[in-house]
Amino acid sequence: MSHTYVHALYNDDDRLKDGAKKVREMGHSITEVFSPFPVHGIDKIMGLKRTRISICCFIYGCTGFSLAFWMIWYMLIHDWPVDIGGKPNFTWYHNIPSWIPVLFESTVLCAAHGMAITFLLRSWILPGVSPKNPDPRTTDDHFLMVMPAYSDDEANHLIEAAKSTGAVEVKTVHE
Amino acid sequence: MHQDSIIRDPLLLGKKTYHQITEDVARPVEGKANKYWWLMLTIAVCAWMWGIGCITYTVGRGIGTWGLNRTIDWGWDITNFVWWIGIGHAGTLISAVLCLFRQRWRLTINRSAEAMTIFAVMCAALFPVLHMGRPWLAYFVFPLPNQFGSLWVNFNSPLLWDVFAISTYFSVSVVFWYLGLIPDFAMIRDRAKRIGNKVRYYCYRVLSFGWSGRAKDWQRFEEVSLVLAGICTPLVFSVHSIVSSDFATGVVRGWHSTVYPPYFVAGAIFSGMAMVLTLVIVGRKVLNLEEYITIQHIDTMNKVMLTMGSVVGIAYFAEFFMAWYSGDPNESFIYLSWNNAKGPYGWAFWALIICNNTLPQIMWSKRMRRNLYVTFIMSIIVNIGMWFERFDIIVTDLYRDYIPSDWTYYSPTFVEVGIFIGTIGMFFTFFLIFARVFPFIAQAELKTTLKATGDLFHNPPRKIAANGQGEGVAAHSSAHAH
Repeated sequence: MSHTYVHALYNDDDRLKDGAKKVREMGHSITEVFSPFPVHGIDKIMGLKRTRISICCFIYGCTGFSLAFWMIWYMLIHDWPVDIGGKPNFTWYHNIPSWIPVLFESTVLCAAHGMAITFLLRSWILPGVSPKNPDPRTTDDHFLMVMPAYSDDEANHLIEAAKSTGAVEVKTVHE
Repeated sequence: MHQDSIIRDPLLLGKKTYHQITEDVARPVEGKANKYWWLMLTIAVCAWMWGIGCITYTVGRGIGTWGLNRTIDWGWDITNFVWWIGIGHAGTLISAVLCLFRQRWRLTINRSAEAMTIFAVMCAALFPVLHMGRPWLAYFVFPLPNQFGSLWVNFNSPLLWDVFAISTYFSVSVVFWYLGLIPDFAMIRDRAKRIGNKVRYYCYRVLSFGWSGRAKDWQRFEEVSLVLAGICTPLVFSVHSIVSSDFATGVVRGWHSTVYPPYFVAGAIFSGMAMVLTLVIVGRKVLNLEEYITIQHIDTMNKVMLTMGSVVGIAYFAEFFMAWYSGDPNESFIYLSWNNAKGPYGWAFWALIICNNTLPQIMWSKRMRRNLYVTFIMSIIVNIGMWFERFDIIVTDLYRDYIPSDWTYYSPTFVEVGIFIGTIGMFFTFFLIFARVFPFIAQAELKTTLKATGDLFHNPPRKIAANGQGEGVAAHSSAHAH
C-alpha cells in the first residue's frame, strides 16, 4: 500500500523549527526530520519522548561495579588469598580502598561500552547499514522535514505551511 | 537562544555559512596530499620501522639489550610510558572536561586532540609490555582462569590498576572519538554520492554506519556524548592518578609522596596541551583551517598550559617543602642536599627546571601567547621538559638508593632510544594519515554553534559607546530578527 509524504527542505534551522511548530499547531504529525547537526528543541516540537539511554548507562555502570566486586572478592578472598606484605587478606572490607581503582575502571568500562552499543543497536547504526536520508544535502546544510499526508487536502495544507515558513523546496513523494 | 556573549571575540572567522564549514572540513579529505605530507609520512614511517627493528631485537635478545641494571631498573621505558600517557590526557580534557564546562572553543580542536590521545595511548601501551622480561606472557596480567591452580593477579597493586585503567581509557576514548566521527563520515559519504565517487562513497558508507541524521538519532547522540563526557572526565583524573601510584605507593625515597596524583594529572594536562599546540599550529596552516583554529584558540590553550605548568611548579615546591617539613632523612637526602642539582644527573635537573619552570613564564605575556612561532617553540620545549620530569622522577630517585654500594649510573642504549624514536614515528604516521582520511574538525558539532560564535552572526563591539551600548549590538540583533 503506498503512502503519501510531503518533503519540506529548509536551509536554516530556525525556519525549520518555525515550520515544524506550525505543522504541529495545525494538528498534523511529523514522521521524521533529517538534519546535519542536532537542532535544539526539534525533538520537543516533534513530540519525541526523552531518551532513556542515560538510565541504561547507569544500570550498566552498576553491573560493571558488581561484576568487578564479585570477581575481586572471589579471586582474592575466597579462592586464593595471598599474603601480600602482611596486609589483611581474609575480609573484603579491609581491602576495599585498594580495590577502588579497579572497581571504578570496571564501572566506567561497562557503562561506556554498554551505552554505546545500546545506542548503536537502538538507532540501528551499524557497519553495512544503508543510510535512510532521502536527500544527501541533509548532511551538509539542509534540513528535511517528512510529514505524512492522508489526503490531497492535507498534502496541500502541509505544502502551504512549509512554504509560508520559508522552505526552499517542497515536494510530494509516494512510497 | 543562539547568543554567546556580546563582548567575546567570535570563535569562527571568515563569515562562514553551514555549507562553507562542510567544504572547508571536507577539502583535506577529498583533495590530494602535497609533497610535504608525503615527505613527513616517509620520515615517520622510517622512524617507526627503525623502532620495530629495535623492538624485535629487544624481544628476541632480552632486556639486556637495554641499559637497565639492578639499581636503576626503570629508565627510558617507563619514562616514555608515562610521557605518552600524559600526552594523551589533553585530548580527553578538551573533549570531555571542556564539554562539561560548556567551552565552545573546544569544538574545532577536540577531534584532532582525541585522535592524538588514541595514538599516544597506543604508543604508551607498548612500553609496559616490552619492559616485561617475557612479553609473550603479557596475558598473565589479566585475571583469567588458568592451570596454575588459578593463580590470580594482585588487585592491590597499582601495576595491575594500570592494566584496567589504560585498557578502559583506550577503549572508551576510541568509542567517544568514533561516535563523534559518525555524522562527519556521513557528510563525506553524501558528498561523494553527489559527485559520483563510488569508491569514496562505499568506504565512507561503511565507516558512517548508515547514519541518516534523524531527529531521534541526534537526540540519543547528544545524550550519549554528554554522558560519555561525564564518564571520561573522572577517567582522565583516575588514569593518571593510577599511573602516578606506580611510584607513590612504592617505598623508594622521593617517590613515596601523596602529592603525586594531582601533580601527575596537572603535568599530563601541561604536556598534552603542549602536544596539541604543536600539532594544531602545523595542522591549521597546512589544512587551511586558520579561520577555525584561530589565534584566540591558541591564546586560550596557552593559558591552560600556563595554568597547569604553574600547578606543576607548585607541586615541585610541595615536594621540597614536605622533604624539609617532614624531617625525614631519606627525603632530605634527595631534595635538600641538592644531590639532584649537583650530582651526575644535574644536567637532567637543570633541563627540567629551565624547560618546565623558567621558559613557560613567557606565556604570561599576551603578545607571546598570540605569537605562533613562540607558541610552537614553547610547546616543544614543554614536551621536552615534561619528558625530563618523568626521567628525573624515575632515574634520579633510583640511582642512589639505600645501599651506597648499589649507587650507579644509567645510560640508555641505542635500542631504547630507537624504540622511543619508533613510537614517535608511529604516532606521526597515524596522525598524518588521520589528517587526510578523517575530518580534522568535528563539523557537525561546530555547526550547532555557528549562530552563536561565527562572525557572520556575531559581531562583538570593538569599543563600548557612551550610552553603554556596543557597536556590534545592532548588527547582532538584526541577524536574529525573525
